[in-house]
Amino acid sequence: MNGRYAALLALAAIIAALPPLMPNNYYYDIAIHAGFNAIVVVGLNLLMGYAGQISLGHAGFFGLGAYASGILTSRYGWPPGLAMLTGAAGVALIAYLVARPILKLKGHYLAMATLGVGIIISIVLNTESWLTGGPDGLMVDYFSVAGITLKGEQTWYWVVGGVLLLAVWLATNIVESPVGRALRAVHGSEVGAEVVGVDTARCKVMVFVVSAVFASVAGSLFAHYAGMITPAKAGFFHSVELVTMVVLGGMASTYGAVVGAVILSALPQFLTTFEDYEQIIMGGIMMGTMIFMPRGLLPSLKLMFRRWRNA
Amino acid sequence: MSEFLQYMFSGVTVGAIYALAGLGFSIIYNSSHVINFAQGEFIMIGGMATVSLFAMGLPLPVAIMLAILATMLVGLALEKFAVEPARNADVVTIIIITIGASIFLRGVAQVVWDKNFHALPAFSSDEPINIFGAVLMPQSLWVIGVSLLCIVALYWFFNRTIYGKAMLATSYNRLAAQLVGIGVKKVLAASFALSAMLGAIGGIVVTPITFTSYDSGIMLGLKGFSAAVLGGLGNGLGAVVGGLIVGIAEAVGAGYLSSAYKDAIAFIIILVVLVFMPNGLFGKHGTERV
Repeated sequence: MNGRYAALLALAAIIAALPPLMPNNYYYDIAIHAGFNAIVVVGLNLLMGYAGQISLGHAGFFGLGAYASGILTSRYGWPPGLAMLTGAAGVALIAYLVARPILKLKGHYLAMATLGVGIIISIVLNTESWLTGGPDGLMVDYFSVAGITLKGEQTWYWVVGGVLLLAVWLATNIVESPVGRALRAVHGSEVGAEVVGVDTARCKVMVFVVSAVFASVAGSLFAHYAGMITPAKAGFFHSVELVTMVVLGGMASTYGAVVGAVILSALPQFLTTFEDYEQIIMGGIMMGTMIFMPRGLLPSLKLMFRRWRNA
Repeated sequence: MSEFLQYMFSGVTVGAIYALAGLGFSIIYNSSHVINFAQGEFIMIGGMATVSLFAMGLPLPVAIMLAILATMLVGLALEKFAVEPARNADVVTIIIITIGASIFLRGVAQVVWDKNFHALPAFSSDEPINIFGAVLMPQSLWVIGVSLLCIVALYWFFNRTIYGKAMLATSYNRLAAQLVGIGVKKVLAASFALSAMLGAIGGIVVTPITFTSYDSGIMLGLKGFSAAVLGGLGNGLGAVVGGLIVGIAEAVGAGYLSSAYKDAIAFIIILVVLVFMPNGLFGKHGTERV
């Protein structure tokens, strides 16, 4: 058994060990939200950490997945599984179409373009209220498959935990595959990668599509779990949150992404006691970690551990 | 015709504010290659500080001066405590730092002031001016006039004064500028103060028209960023043209097409332009060293 599976098993063990420590459904709810965010962030990390491309619009894909599921099941009576797959396929197609021209851009221009795509998606969801319910949101039915209906926090905890493990397994596989190595080459130097024969455009588009599909599937499941979806979930701030989770946990570290997602999902819950000061603390944490640990939490801790062992 | 003229008036007015915000982005980008996502918060702080100082009984011109100074101090603090310590970090890291700063400043504004909308009285009269059947508010003339003055002053500063030339030199080549004795750290600080000043001025002159609140900087900041990118990052004239294009397109689009999609128009233009011109309208074509 190599390190890859050991880490995956450790994550599975943590997920399995948590329930006795959670006294009520409120804690389950926080854990489930953290899990949904982690699924998106593991995908986004493939794009940001390994391919070195930023996206300030990933919440848009999350929102599209969520609304595809919500609209197809609640308005047209589709089975939830089929709706989720259709949503994911639709998002993949949209991501593919925008990726080609957008990923040619670099640095701040790419940030601007992805930000634009995300904002346009959220404005459309806000405005076309005949379809989406507008700013008030859309009610979404329970997720049922093969006669089983998923209901309640304790059931969803295991569903989200399972999907997260699947996402992490997929991500680590992609990273270790030839495509993953090509991606890292793109991150190091795009021109250099091209010179040694990597089809950089194809690699970047592929990982963009994969990360968008991760977001879409998480969005679909979230819509069914929450029973309700609002355009805010597709908005700029959710995108910023997701990017912050990636960087906080540590770019180019799949498990770091999970750690970042868990911390930033749980944090606001504890900050609600500070109410008025929530934004100050949140902004302060974003600045503080980036200034003092620019490599992110997990890689910084790893480095400290290694230094401590060598000393 | 009068309808179109009406849209042009409001488009040029907001466009002028976007242009000032875009210039703010460009100045900081030139001196440090940082995109300052807290630019919109400078606009908000300028407006909110003026409102509260004016409410305390200070005469409007004094309130305006103090508010501009306060915003410049915030800009300097942002550079000193958030951007300077992360000098050598990645683009993404610095983007998150400035986004964090914008959330932080919004939080502070919410605690210091409140979550309500605030207005200022118009600087001169409230009497609308009739031009070919379209209505122009005198405050719009203030917005356009003050913006024009800022642009001319900046042009003079960057081309005719030793300080401005030092800042330009730093943006062309940091190391070379350092070698001829320019204090590049001071240039960095000055660029944040200057951008904060531009933001504050824009926020103050527009408050009598659009009102202000603790979160009014978000969209203004993003539109300013669009203006700067549209014109080509770091190109001052480009940012001004970009701001006017975004402002006018928004007003005309909201009038003839759909007002619900007003905020989307800026981003649609940006995407279309970037697909065909990856460096904006007037941007430099960069080459990458391997």
